[in-house]
Amino acid sequence: MLHRAGATLGDVNAPPDDAPLPLVTRLWLAWLCFFRVLIDGTFAARVSAAREAPRLAPAPASFTASPTSSALQLLSLLQREGRLVDFLQQDITTFADADIGAAARVVHEGCRKALRAHAAIEPVLRQAEGARVELAAGFDADEVKLVGDVRGQPPYAGVLRHRGWRATRLELPLLAGGHDAHVLAPAEVELG
Amino acid sequence: MTRYAVGIDLGTTHTALAFAPLEGEGERPEIMDVPQIVAPGELEARPLLPSFLYFAHESEGPQALPWEAERRFAVGEYARARGVDAPARVIGSAKSWLSHPTIDRRAGILPIGAPEDIEKISPVEASWRYLEHLTEAFDARFGGGESALANQEVVLTVPASFDASARELTVEAAIAAGIEKLTLLEEPQAALYAWTLARGDAWRKEVRPGDVVLVVDVGGGTTDFSAIAAVERDGSLELVRVAVGDHILLGGDNMDLALAHLLRHKLEGEGKPVDRSQHASLVHACRAAKERLFGDPSLDAAPIAIASRGSTLLGSTLRTELTRDEVTRVVVDGFFPIVAVDSRPTSRPRAALTELGLPYASDAAVTRHLASFLARQAGALAKLQGAPPPGARVPRLLHPTAVLFNGGVMKADKLRARLVDTLNVWLGTDGGEPVRVLEGADLDLAVARGACTYALVRRGKGLRIRGGTARAYYVGIESSVPAVPGIEPPVSAMCVAPFGMEEGTEAELPPHEFGVVVGEPVSFRFYGSTVRRDDVAGVVLEDWNRNQLDELPPMELTLPAEGRSDGDVVPVKLRSQITEVGTLLLEAEPIRPLKQGERWRVELSVRGQSEGESAEGS
Repeated sequence: MLHRAGATLGDVNAPPDDAPLPLVTRLWLAWLCFFRVLIDGTFAARVSAAREAPRLAPAPASFTASPTSSALQLLSLLQREGRLVDFLQQDITTFADADIGAAARVVHEGCRKALRAHAAIEPVLRQAEGARVELAAGFDADEVKLVGDVRGQPPYAGVLRHRGWRATRLELPLLAGGHDAHVLAPAEVELG
Repeated sequence: MTRYAVGIDLGTTHTALAFAPLEGEGERPEIMDVPQIVAPGELEARPLLPSFLYFAHESEGPQALPWEAERRFAVGEYARARGVDAPARVIGSAKSWLSHPTIDRRAGILPIGAPEDIEKISPVEASWRYLEHLTEAFDARFGGGESALANQEVVLTVPASFDASARELTVEAAIAAGIEKLTLLEEPQAALYAWTLARGDAWRKEVRPGDVVLVVDVGGGTTDFSAIAAVERDGSLELVRVAVGDHILLGGDNMDLALAHLLRHKLEGEGKPVDRSQHASLVHACRAAKERLFGDPSLDAAPIAIASRGSTLLGSTLRTELTRDEVTRVVVDGFFPIVAVDSRPTSRPRAALTELGLPYASDAAVTRHLASFLARQAGALAKLQGAPPPGARVPRLLHPTAVLFNGGVMKADKLRARLVDTLNVWLGTDGGEPVRVLEGADLDLAVARGACTYALVRRGKGLRIRGGTARAYYVGIESSVPAVPGIEPPVSAMCVAPFGMEEGTEAELPPHEFGVVVGEPVSFRFYGSTVRRDDVAGVVLEDWNRNQLDELPPMELTLPAEGRSDGDVVPVKLRSQITEVGTLLLEAEPIRPLKQGERWRVELSVRGQSEGESAEGS
C-alpha cells in the first residue's frame, strides 16, 4: 500500500484523476461564479490563477526503508536475554493467567535487563499524568501529539494523558562480518 | 614515555581496568569499557570482563575480535555464558587455581575434564589470556605506540592472602601479556585507596592516628581480611598495613549456590525436576532475588521463574519464590552467623585428593573466619604501639576502630549490619569500643579504581599505605640424623625474609650454608607465617606452633654446570629481596664464587606436591 501511494504522489505528470462533475452541477457552479467574479475581486483573481495553472502537483515526500539488521539484532538480544520471541510465537489463549504470569516474569526480567543495558529511555514530558500542561507555540509535533478537541492556535493548555517515551541512547553490539542476523536464536542440539 | 596510570583488578569472576592520564591535574580514574564477544558474532564494550575463557569448537569458526580475526578462543561474557551450556570447554576461577598450593600451576590442567580437541592450558596461562585481552583492548583504544599498555605504569591487584608464589605467578602472567611496568598491590589496600578517592580530602577527618581499619572484602569467589593502622610519624599521618588473613575460597557464588540448592530441593519436592541449564538460571535468579530482598526491606518474598530450555515458554516455566525467611536463614545466618568470639572455623581433615578440585573453605561462616583472623592477629599492633604498660590488660583480639567493606556481597545492608553487630559484641567482651563503618566507595569497581589511584600515588600524588610483605618466609632445613623408617627427619625452619620487608629491599644473608649438587635440581621445603613478626633473617626455628607456619609449595634450585663439574657439591647462602614489582626473589650465592656477582635464582612453586602429581592423570 505504502509503495503504491508513494508512486502516485511522486508522479508529477500524472493526469488529474478528479471525476468529472454532472451537467446540472456545472450549470449551477457557472451561474454562481459569474456573479461572484463580478462582485468579488479577490475571488476573481483566484479563479484567474486557477485557469492559468490548471493543476499544481503536490510536492512529493520521500520514504525510505529502514535497514532491518539492527531490528533483527534487537529481537535476537531480547530473545537471548528475555525469551521474547519464544513468548510472542507461542499461542497463549489456552493458558491460565498464572502460567502467563510466570512466563511474563521471565520475559519482563530479561528484556528489562537487556533494554537497560543497551538503551536509555526517558519520558518526553516529566510532569505527572493527569496534570495540566501548557504548550507554547513552536512545540515539536513529533514529541507531543494533540488529542481530543484539537483546534485553534498555541499556546495550548491541556491534560497530560501519556508522558511519552524518548530513547536518548541505543547501542547494539557490533556484528562480525558474515554474521547472519536473520538467525534470531540458533537451534540447540545437545551432544553426548 | 608513560602517559597513563593504570589499575587492573584481576578478579576471580570479573576483571576491570581503570586509567587516568598523568598529564593534567586532578585527573580521576576512569573505567575502560572492554570490547568482548557477548554472543556469537556480536561484540560489545562493557566495564567488566568476566574472567572466563572459552575454547570454541572448530564447528563454531573463529572468535573474531577487532584486533584478531582468527582467534580460536573467547574471553569475557560469551565465555561465561558458554560455561552453562558447554562447561567442559570453559575455564572459570583461574585465579583460585593460580593460588592452589598443591598443583603445578604452570602445567596444562584447565579446563578440568576438557575434551581431547582442546590443548589444556595452565592457570598461569589463563590469567595471562585475561590480561592479554585487556592489553589488546587498551592498545586498540589508545592506539598503541607510546600509549601502549606496555609503556604505562600498571598496578595489578592480588588478594592480600596470596603467598609469594601466587604473586610471582601473577607477575609471570602479566609479563607474558605484555605488561612491562608492573607493580602489585593488595586488593584490600586498593579498596582503601578507592575509598580515599571517593571521599576526597574529607577522609582525613574520618581516619586519624590511632585508628585501625579492618577491610572486609567478600567477592564472588574469595574472602579476604586486612587490617590497616593509621599512625602519626613526624607529625603526619601514615597508613600501615599490619595484618592480612588466610586465603579463603568463599564468596558470593557460594551463597547463590546455597540458595539455588534450597529452591531446587523445593521444586523437586513439588515434583518439578530441574535440568542443568535450569539450574544455572536458578543460580542467577537466586542472586537477583537475594539482591532484591536485601535492597528492599518491605518485600516478604521475591518471585522466581525459570524458563525451560525449549522454545515453548508457557506451561513449562518453573515457578517458585525466595522468601525473606529463606534468604535470612541461608545467607545471613548461614554465612554470617552470630558466633562467640572464641569460635573458630571447622576444618575438614584433608582427604587424599582423588579428584582435582579447588580447596574451598570447609566452613562457610565468614564471621568465624573473621573471629579467627582477629584472634590470630591480636599482636599485630605491638610493633607500632610499643610494649603495653605493665599490668595493662592484653587484648585477646586485634581491635579495629573502623570497617571498610569491599566486594559485591557486602552491598547488602543486612550483611554489613550483621557483621558489624557481631564484631561489636566481640570487641565489647574484650574491653574494646564499637567500630565505625567507612562509607562511600562503589564496591564493584573500587579495586580497579583504587589500583589506578595507587599508580598515581606512586608518582607522589597522595598518601601511600606502607606495610611490606604480609608474611615472613622460611626455608626448611632437614637435620642430618640417621634415617628411621616411618619417621620423618625433624625439620627446622630458617627465616629468609622477615615480616614487613619493603619493596626494593634486601635481607641480610642468613648465615646458614647449603650444599647444592651441580646440575641436579634441589628442592627445599618452604614456609610462610602471617603472625611471626619478630623473626629476623637467619633465625632458625627448631620447633614451632603448627598454627604459626603454613607450608607453601616447595622451591627448587638448579645450579648450572657452567665452570663446575656435574655432581660437585657447592656451598651456597641464600639471599632474599622484595623486588620493585612486589614479589619475593630468593637467590643462592656461592660462598666461593667463580666470577663476581655469581647468583642463581631459586624458583618458587616449581611444581605441586605429590597430591598434584596423582591428580594429573584424572
